[in-house]
Amino acid sequence: MSTELPVLKAKDFESDQDVRWCPGCGDYSILAQMKKVLADIGAKQESTVFVSGIGCSSRFPYYMNTYGMHSIHGRAPAFATGLKSTRPELDVWVITGDGDALSIGGNHLMHVIRRNLDINIVLFNNSIYGLTKGQYSPTSKIGKVTKSTPRGSIDHPLNPLSIALAAEGTFVARSVDSHIKHLVATLKRASEHKGTSFVEVYQNCNVFNDGIWEYAKSKKTKDETTVVLEHGKPLVFANGKKGIRLNGFEPEVVELDGNVSVDDLLFHDEKSTQPHLANVLARMRHPEFPEPIGVFRAVERQTYDEGINQQVVDAREEQGDGDLAKLFASGDTWTV
Amino acid sequence: MILPTDQFPPTQKPSESVSGVTVRLAGDSGDGMQLLGTQLTNTSALSGNDVATFPDFPAEIRAPRGTRAGVSGFQVQFSAEEIFTPGDGLDALVCMNPAALITNISDLKKSGILIVNSDSFDAKDLKLAKLEVSPLEDGTTDPYRTIHVPMTKLTRGAVESTGLSTKFADRCKNFFAMGLVFWLFGRDVEPTLRFIDNKFGKKAPEVAEANRLALKAGWNYGETTEDFASTYQVSAAELPSGTYKNVMGNQALAWGLVAAAKLSEKELFLGSYPITPASDILHELSKHKNFGVRTFQAEDEIAAVCSAIGAAFGGSMAVTTSSGPGIALKGEGMGLALMLELPMIIIDVQRGGPSTGLPTKTEQSDLLMAMHGRNGESPLPVIAACSPADCFQAAIEAWQVATKYMVPVMILSDGYIANGAEPWRIPEVDSLPKIPVSHPSGQKLSGEPFLPYKRDENLARPWAIPGTEGLMHRVGGLEKEDGTGNVSYDPDNHQHMVETRARKIAMAADFIDELDVDGPENGTLVLSWGGTYGSCRTAVKTCQANGKSVAHAHLRWINPFPKNLGEILKRYDNVLIPELNTGQLRLLIRNEFMVDAKGFNKIKGKPFAVSELVEAIEAIA
Repeated sequence: MSTELPVLKAKDFESDQDVRWCPGCGDYSILAQMKKVLADIGAKQESTVFVSGIGCSSRFPYYMNTYGMHSIHGRAPAFATGLKSTRPELDVWVITGDGDALSIGGNHLMHVIRRNLDINIVLFNNSIYGLTKGQYSPTSKIGKVTKSTPRGSIDHPLNPLSIALAAEGTFVARSVDSHIKHLVATLKRASEHKGTSFVEVYQNCNVFNDGIWEYAKSKKTKDETTVVLEHGKPLVFANGKKGIRLNGFEPEVVELDGNVSVDDLLFHDEKSTQPHLANVLARMRHPEFPEPIGVFRAVERQTYDEGINQQVVDAREEQGDGDLAKLFASGDTWTV
Repeated sequence: MILPTDQFPPTQKPSESVSGVTVRLAGDSGDGMQLLGTQLTNTSALSGNDVATFPDFPAEIRAPRGTRAGVSGFQVQFSAEEIFTPGDGLDALVCMNPAALITNISDLKKSGILIVNSDSFDAKDLKLAKLEVSPLEDGTTDPYRTIHVPMTKLTRGAVESTGLSTKFADRCKNFFAMGLVFWLFGRDVEPTLRFIDNKFGKKAPEVAEANRLALKAGWNYGETTEDFASTYQVSAAELPSGTYKNVMGNQALAWGLVAAAKLSEKELFLGSYPITPASDILHELSKHKNFGVRTFQAEDEIAAVCSAIGAAFGGSMAVTTSSGPGIALKGEGMGLALMLELPMIIIDVQRGGPSTGLPTKTEQSDLLMAMHGRNGESPLPVIAACSPADCFQAAIEAWQVATKYMVPVMILSDGYIANGAEPWRIPEVDSLPKIPVSHPSGQKLSGEPFLPYKRDENLARPWAIPGTEGLMHRVGGLEKEDGTGNVSYDPDNHQHMVETRARKIAMAADFIDELDVDGPENGTLVLSWGGTYGSCRTAVKTCQANGKSVAHAHLRWINPFPKNLGEILKRYDNVLIPELNTGQLRLLIRNEFMVDAKGFNKIKGKPFAVSELVEAIEAIA
């Protein structure tokens, strides 16, 4: 006898709420791909929880027919920690933006990654504050002219992937909102990873920062301006005409013109125990380099939720299940 | 192992029976006064005395040695009668150095016993204490029965056989002092010998031996010296029958939380960030993982409260603990918790403020923050524990209200009850209330939409938890439509929701106990709250014994107030509200009941002395 499980479709993950992002926002694509990913991986609506902070991206949970919490600015990783530590069987996704995760929530992001809580973090990076209508963000470039920086930003920007790697991230990846196949594949990899998976998604804010990632999105330029990472494969881009070679610790762009062969190139190793290579890749920025997209790092380490629950199991095994009468009578007592 | 209690023979000197004794042990932070005090307390409790303690120590871990700032004190009252405070005037004071003497001597009763370590009054010690002349020589100690004991020298001699270096030998002098104090008050040394054995027996047997020798030397010194003509005996108090245990407030709070979790068949999650004087709750709870307790030491106060909300959303009994500065940081998170209408507990162990304030000193100055310290209209139920042992009960009541009304509840404790100790009558586990908690079960797609904000008779919404089929819903900090929980900016809905959130807290007045009044039905009412219960109760009893028409009522729940509070207040000509703040409860009472309550306010980082309360009450009664 076989029991037929109902197969959920992408549409089954759609809530009854009207989506209220601006028309043309990159978020729509990420939302659509997420629903597809959940259907593809056989996720259950009731076992999936989306947690977000504040910002445009953080409205995401309202649009998913799963459990969800639209929390407070920057703190989604902390909510996820309490939830996943006590309910490790749930699939928890944190949806955040560059302001939410890297500015007000920088502290929590760093700590959730180093603890390796088994959740998936998707950071929608549009290099601008959208919901507050157009101030510069921690990923905005120096000189960025916005409402709050009429003379240009003087803040040096953060690199989200460098932060994740410095925090000992076990899964670090990057994708682009409009690269539908790549985004789906990357989110799937993230969902399969045991531990914190951190995915930066280049996302276009067509109202306040339109075109910021155009070099990486445009079909005309993306072959020249991005390099797709694949484990064990050489870093080749520009339709096989160019590659990345390591010169000491420095990457360099080389032409595959016969003098340099594919074998001379840098081969990607996402499983390297040390994050050195991933760091080198994370620091490759446009226009000097093609920007890598894909999985930078994927290694295994004990997860926080495993650890905290194992200690409870161990304690019960060693001390027996908690007994109030025994607890109250412990230590010195006297009877009147 | 046989403990050598026979080496501490009963005294041959006459023994004077007294009803109670208040002793303070004062020395440098590194002198081990807290340990000495704890031993004296536990031993006295075990002998059946009622006890109350007041540890008082500097905020710095190692304040400059020998200075006034570095003085650490521990006061304990043990009595043959029921007591509610650690005592006012001291019957005996032990001072390990001049700084300890000069900062504590004014609390010693005239003719009280002053025991000093005379070895630590040389020129260097005096200079550290900023004294020109030795207080042992300038008449300062004349009003007291001063006993000079060369403790350092005697301790070194006593432990010589162990071969410990002078540095380590000198660390044993608190045990010498303990031996002397134990002898003087006829305390049993057995629990302390057991303590020494447990603490040092295995890992440092020579230290265990040295401490035993120092203890014995102190004991023998009392018996031999002619400075003491007699010892003092305090017989057992007539406490209600039962089995007792000495508890500190933070420990009782932790145990109350563990019990509440068990009684509601929940597992407990604590998200906390270390802060004085609340950290011991985290330490205690982290020991009880076999009860299903998960403790998360968060990266900051905000993460601590937010992780607790996440755990509450997942269906756990969630708690966050802190003190004033941390609660200030948690404000936004608490606002979300009340918006989500999830049950959880937020504990504020108050300390002196504002800002970093007086981390190790007590105060009641977070009441208004607990009541109002969040953006928007954001009331929360607030219960204030009244004594170390009451912390246990407060935790259980807080969880009852949280789950019955689906609301985060604040528990206020303070540094005084957190670190103070008293006997706790161990409850029969079966006598503790079951706390019924239920989650709606899953539903297949029946066409009926799930309404996450549909309310029951207590206005509580269903606690639907992730993992339940068919009940998927989204919550968040944006205002939501009643019933559906959908985001709503509708003006009428907002007013309705603000009023509903307040109304269900007001409804909790149906659950909490009505207020008891101790004393006459008219005249003067002393209305107290929180950790000042003991001193206010003792002061009112004293005034009553002096023939004054004074009654006492003590608030534990402050939001909501007990239903009968207004009616009680109106019966009295005078209402006096003593508080360790500038009048925060008074503000609430005057506002709510239009009663011209008077305040008696102290903001010195110290609890009330009974004598100052008596004076304040009798000035208006």
